[in-house]
Amino acid sequence: MIVPLEHILILAGLLFFIGMGGLLAWRANLIMMLVSIEVMLNAVMLVLVAGSARWGNPDGQLFAVFIMALTSAEVSLALAMVVYMHRRRKTVDTDAFCEMKG
Amino acid sequence: MIEQTIFYILAAVAVIGTLLAVTEKHPVHAILYLVTSLFSMATIFYLLMAPLVAAFEVILYAGAIMVLFLFVIMMLDLGHPEKGMAPGWREWLPALLLSAVSIASLVTVVASHHATVSAYPSPLPIREVARRLFQEHGLAVELVSLQLLFALVGALYLGKSPAPPPPLPEGKGGQRPGEGVPL
Repeated sequence: MIVPLEHILILAGLLFFIGMGGLLAWRANLIMMLVSIEVMLNAVMLVLVAGSARWGNPDGQLFAVFIMALTSAEVSLALAMVVYMHRRRKTVDTDAFCEMKG
Repeated sequence: MIEQTIFYILAAVAVIGTLLAVTEKHPVHAILYLVTSLFSMATIFYLLMAPLVAAFEVILYAGAIMVLFLFVIMMLDLGHPEKGMAPGWREWLPALLLSAVSIASLVTVVASHHATVSAYPSPLPIREVARRLFQEHGLAVELVSLQLLFALVGALYLGKSPAPPPPLPEGKGGQRPGEGVPL
């Protein structure tokens, strides 16, 4: 470890809560909501890798890799759904999709 | 000593890039700021003895996922910040309040511990990481591959055009496949 674990935790917490604030603020835009979720998952990966480096256990890196695979699947599916919704309503505003009957 | 300096510089770049990405009104600019932040995160991963995760961060996150976002933004023509999609102060106020409270509590909790640089553990070679991945987490690898397959099928289903496919052009309908088709 080149820096204390606490500093990495503070960095990851900052990134996570910036992403959370963005997610709460951009409620009207699906694309920016997905971008904010990316930021949050990236911060979680930083925590896992920092723990892996702190205790010398490769499981943290493996979980970071699994999170990355999960994120790619999630983003591809979510963006396909965004394209589908945009085809139906011509918008990406989440308020336009508040009812299930379309 | 130089590694600590590089870490703090990269941490500042990551935080500032993420802040600009979240507050930027133009979606394409936001994605580009986020790519900058992801590159500095990849270098932080490399400094934390995880070169595999660093390489995947550059290849997958900054290379594939962000390009997918850019592609969708350009395909749906969403790069118009003047359409009033950006949040105003009414949206920013609760988000800022909640984030500030969360960050303050986190910093309070973490700063109550005495921050010390721990003993330098032995670096993890990629051979050890790969052995652990495929020997102890083989089921997880299979599950991830199944999940990617499900995502592929779901994306294909969602992206399917609702209109029926146009009929085949005349003159080709009666041919059997592979017959008379110039290669």
